[in-house]
Amino acid sequence: MNKSMSFEQKVVKPAWCPGCGNFFILKALQRALVELALKPQEVVIVSGIGQAAKTPQYLNVHMFNGLHGRALPPATAIKACNPHLTVIAEGGDGDMYGEGGNHFLHTIRRNPDITQLVHNNMVYGLTKGQASPTSELGYRTPVQVDGVISQPINPIALAISQDASFVARVFCANLEHTVEIIKKAIQHPGYALVDIFQPCVTFNKVNTYKWFQEHTYILQDHDVHDQGQAFLRATETEKLPLGIFYQNEKKKTFEQRLKVHQEEGPAFLSRTINREKLKEILEER
Amino acid sequence: MEREISIVLCGEAGQGIQTVEQLLTKILKLSGYYVFATKEYMSRVRGGSNSTQILVSDKPARAPISRMDVLIPLDKEAINHVSTRLDRNTIIIGDQENLVTDKKIIHVSFLKMAEEIGQPIYANTIAVGLLLGLLNGDIRVGRHYLKDYFLQKNKAEFVSDNILALEKGFQEAKRLLKENLIDSKRFSILKSSAKLKNNLLLNGAEAVGLGAIAGGCNFISSYPMSPSTGVLVFLAQYADDFHIIAEQTEDEISAINMALGAWYTGARAMVTTSGGGFSLMTEGLSLAGMLESPLVIHLAQRPGPSTGLPTRTEQADLQLALYAGHGEFPRIILAPGNIEETYLLTQKAFHWADRFQIPVFILTDQYTMDTYYNIKKLSIPRGDIVHFIIETPADYQRYKLGSKDGISPRGIPGFGEGLVRVDSDEHDEMGLITEDMVIRKKMVEKRNARWAQLKKEAIPPVLSGTENYRILCVGWGSNYHTIQEALERLNRPDISLLHFSQVYPIAEDSIKFLNKAEQIISIENNYTGQFSQLLERQTGITIETRILKYDGLPLYADELAQGIKEVLEGKGGQR
Repeated sequence: MNKSMSFEQKVVKPAWCPGCGNFFILKALQRALVELALKPQEVVIVSGIGQAAKTPQYLNVHMFNGLHGRALPPATAIKACNPHLTVIAEGGDGDMYGEGGNHFLHTIRRNPDITQLVHNNMVYGLTKGQASPTSELGYRTPVQVDGVISQPINPIALAISQDASFVARVFCANLEHTVEIIKKAIQHPGYALVDIFQPCVTFNKVNTYKWFQEHTYILQDHDVHDQGQAFLRATETEKLPLGIFYQNEKKKTFEQRLKVHQEEGPAFLSRTINREKLKEILEER
Repeated sequence: MEREISIVLCGEAGQGIQTVEQLLTKILKLSGYYVFATKEYMSRVRGGSNSTQILVSDKPARAPISRMDVLIPLDKEAINHVSTRLDRNTIIIGDQENLVTDKKIIHVSFLKMAEEIGQPIYANTIAVGLLLGLLNGDIRVGRHYLKDYFLQKNKAEFVSDNILALEKGFQEAKRLLKENLIDSKRFSILKSSAKLKNNLLLNGAEAVGLGAIAGGCNFISSYPMSPSTGVLVFLAQYADDFHIIAEQTEDEISAINMALGAWYTGARAMVTTSGGGFSLMTEGLSLAGMLESPLVIHLAQRPGPSTGLPTRTEQADLQLALYAGHGEFPRIILAPGNIEETYLLTQKAFHWADRFQIPVFILTDQYTMDTYYNIKKLSIPRGDIVHFIIETPADYQRYKLGSKDGISPRGIPGFGEGLVRVDSDEHDEMGLITEDMVIRKKMVEKRNARWAQLKKEAIPPVLSGTENYRILCVGWGSNYHTIQEALERLNRPDISLLHFSQVYPIAEDSIKFLNKAEQIISIENNYTGQFSQLLERQTGITIETRILKYDGLPLYADELAQGIKEVLEGKGGQR
């Protein structure tokens, strides 16, 4: 049996349109997990709602498919309660940058050792073609009839500005590159953002495969530890850089800072009530 | 003769009312009295008008009253703030120079005395000494306690001056009594009892926190909001001792979603919040229903709608807890009637949440959070917590169908060979998304199958008073002792109280109590009689009369006794 089969889940067939960029991402993630020699039992994928958020439905892993925009809080809690698990939060641009924008900021602050994969197709797929927080100015939809009038979010620049500990962007059709970066993100000790460019073949007629190929390039000779340079590269608009923009391995993770994981003795989830202390409190009050 | 002495301290926030309350109640308890303290305060850190009521008695005192025997006004606004509660017997003791009133003041120059000792702040300790002296408390107990109090706070340098202040206040009280400026008979009614010394003094927030610890809580994620914050603070303070992850989240949405992530991984998590914060959590509540996840929600009510009165009390979020969250799924709502129940039911909430895989509410209010009185020792749970988690086999299915009660064994990731999939979409037995209508129907039935067991195990209401009642007062949650005491004050042979500490679902045979009554009076701290409406719906019985209070203050036992009396005379009561 091919090793990659171990993460393949054959019960439910993907509900995506033929040609959807999500197929590349699913494949890349599967390969990354296999190449990292992880077991399905060690991996939890937390997702929100949207086409991208369906990804864990098609994988052989633990799954917490929660609410729209809310993948990061449970992912943080899961990792905090059991640091042995590999935790990935996955969703689309609307899910992660729109509905869940506040959690995005605060998860960067906490720096849990989780990986956030954002399928960024610059449009809403599941709700049929409205603008997303990353849609370009002027992009026309049935709701934004005169075109988008709000400036798109630049998640990469935003994350770098907040000293997120790993910030990368890929284009899903560059499969090898995508696998490589996802692997590095999972291996990175701390919060890792991978913004994944992904064409929506049904609703986004502007940002197509061809468009992404023509408008992206892979970063070369870039110092990932230089936050200032990383920010400058993140704000380039003519051609959009791909690869790891920024990495800071020196930050402690959320789990490392939690006292419950610093103590000697049984693991957090195996501890029993400190009865002596409870008795003492009940007696002193 | 009254059953207790009621002391009210009133002044600005930051003047030290809380310190006086804390010191005096502890010293009086250690002196062998029953004490009760509750506070009402404005939503501000400094200034405003706030008051604390302290009841001292040789009988259990567990309900606030409107009457004030002694008022200590600490600023110009104080007398005005509580003026509706003044009567001709109220003794007002204060610094005459600082008060503007036509009422008779018994002058004590707190400030001057304090400055003589060293600092104006000692006025608080002088007040403690004065009240201790009036109440015939034990000055030795006072000295001893003050010493411990300041040593524990690492403030040894304040011990001697504070003891001096306490003694000055004490002597001042003796002078007032000796010179007959205050009638000593008003205070000589109390007998102390040595057995009360070891009683506990716990407020509702501490009781929820300790109940959570005893229930195995090891994760709390919340956003601060009055009056629920005390529980987050308490658990954070004891996080190291009890191996608790305590996280202040960016918002309530994050809080509830984190708590669900924690339960999913095998922790026992809770959130603590209030009306507006809980409103933000309602989508997460519905998620708990779909995931069949355990969850404990402490919801401390305050008057709404919207921001309402942030620091005051009301029982108006019962319907919110009842109907929050889209879709149909089971839940339990507990509304403890006193401090002991708050501790025990919070423990129970964790057990039930885990066992039934449902959200369980602890519904309290500002009054409960900020009130304390003597209680006997609380027992710590026997044996270890029972966890309802299995080691998963390779072919594990989280939503296995077929059990009669709808509950399928709950696995957690990383424990066993199986994969644990939970899904907010409708899902199959494996937890994978489905739109199969046959499975949908089965899953709806599975989720709701546990209702039968929930009703069977529901905590029955408690009857206080005669079984041969003609008139039945119905209460719930925090108004238990207040109604009980109001009925004791009325002292009629034909009225009893039926109190519910589980308000949803109600125990199946509750109806038998209602059927026996000629007249039912529902008593609630809200405008629409939310619980009586729920009771009517669940039992089909019509409740004729309601006594409702919704000014932001708790029910007072004496005021309520009067209210019930008027209803029985055909004068009051809302429909």
